Amino acid sequence: MNRIAVRWLVLAAGCAAWQAWATWHRSPFFPPPSAIVARMYGLWFSGPATHLLLTPSATSNILPSLGRVCGGLAIAIAVGVPLGIALGRSAAASAYLEPLLHFGRSMPAVAFVTVFTVVFSLGTQSEVAFIAFGTTWPILLNTIDGARSVDALQAETARAFRLPLGSRITKLIVPATLPKLFAGLRISVSLALVLMVVSELVGSGNGIGYQMNNASGDYDLTGLWAGIVLLGILGYALNAAVLGIEHHVLAWHRGAHRLTS
Amino acid sequence: MRSHGAHPPSLTWKARATRWRRGLVGLAAFLLLAQLLGSSGVLSRSVLPLASTVLARAAGLAASPRFLTDLAATLAAWAAGLATAAAVAVPCGLILGSVPGVRSATRALVEFLRPIPAVVLIPLVALLLGPGLRMNVTLIAYAAVWPVLLNTIYGLDDVDPLAKETLRAFGFGRIAVIRRVCLPSAAPFIVTGIRLASSVAIVVSIGIGVVTGRIDGNGIGAFIADASTSAPNTAVVLAAALWAGVLGLALNALIAWAGRWALPWQRSYPGERG
Repeated sequence: MNRIAVRWLVLAAGCAAWQAWATWHRSPFFPPPSAIVARMYGLWFSGPATHLLLTPSATSNILPSLGRVCGGLAIAIAVGVPLGIALGRSAAASAYLEPLLHFGRSMPAVAFVTVFTVVFSLGTQSEVAFIAFGTTWPILLNTIDGARSVDALQAETARAFRLPLGSRITKLIVPATLPKLFAGLRISVSLALVLMVVSELVGSGNGIGYQMNNASGDYDLTGLWAGIVLLGILGYALNAAVLGIEHHVLAWHRGAHRLTS
Repeated sequence: MRSHGAHPPSLTWKARATRWRRGLVGLAAFLLLAQLLGSSGVLSRSVLPLASTVLARAAGLAASPRFLTDLAATLAAWAAGLATAAAVAVPCGLILGSVPGVRSATRALVEFLRPIPAVVLIPLVALLLGPGLRMNVTLIAYAAVWPVLLNTIYGLDDVDPLAKETLRAFGFGRIAVIRRVCLPSAAPFIVTGIRLASSVAIVVSIGIGVVTGRIDGNGIGAFIADASTSAPNTAVVLAAALWAGVLGLALNALIAWAGRWALPWQRSYPGERG
């Protein structure tokens, strides 16, 4: 508790120092935090209570951005997890495909942003596909690793008792895969935000990145900072959400480890 | 056939040959499938080029002076950004990792800055510094600082306390303990951090080029932006992405090799974190 208090205190002190410095220098590039927060409030969070205080600008920009992130991640999970489990459990299949997959991952996803707009034409569908493409790699490769880590003795026992495939997957393979899967998911969540911003900066009709593009075109640095701070908060919140789910889902895993070690 | 655990540490020559053969077969099968999908008309050629076209373009790029100039520019930005990041992150990591008070105090700042991705800062830094190499290096360094910093701190956490106490008992000061025990023992973690930072640096440098286009200077990202505007040439974009992947793998191998060469006492590398 004390450590958390210190942490917030330091953050508050940092903001206060920035505020003092910015009001003193009046640098156009570093507006004071109070101005940024005021802009964020005016831009996005001063709406009517019936809309959860969201302004029309928030519902037409923040929500589409978040929707693209979630849609892309959902596709990445739907593709990466089953494929990863299948490849992780078959040494032959992964031997054939793994070099290809590792090379696929080594190509920076940002390089493909325009390819997706050509293939899916400009719009939300191409942005979702682009985010899904980029975020599938960490989930897929980590799931392969996780599925491979199933305890050999447990796998043999399950086979000796002729456990049906369905329960072998749900009772043995998925639980063993989860820790690695979450490690991959955490990487993918931060990556999804990056890809969302890149696709919106390159060309989009709405979204947080679109608003930042407009702000930078108008030399509206306070507006630009509002977007940066919002994306920082979203990144922090998404990561915290995944950590929370992981903590909840993997409670048994930590318990089991405490028993054995 | 089922795998049992991770790959065994030492594969026989025959097993390694089998793995290579299967990897190549998988690669060839993928290319053949992509080629067939394109040439049979399932995927329209106006949307996605044939695999053979992409490979031919990639081979052509290797001899194209324009692409090589951009490749060199990306490499220069990568090197300058990574060097700046290491020069900042390693000393900071040493301080944060060895002085507990500073660490808990700055933890909040690190935790709130780290989730802000470098690409988000592109419009701001473009206005602040103007487009060009300086902006590139600044953004790459910002993105690359975090993995190096965090891995340096993890490395210091991992130092054998007995060795530190022994030196302290013999009257060595704090700086001497850091130099003689902490730094050598954390060095493998630092190498891991630099390897992670290296791939981040390539992604950021290409991301900047893709977002801002040629005005930002040379680089593979600018090359891709050129190939995507006006008449989009998807085959050239994919070929450039292919080379970016090769570059990433090559630089990763180079850093791993340099790490082994500089730290001969280190046999295995710690897990990648950060």
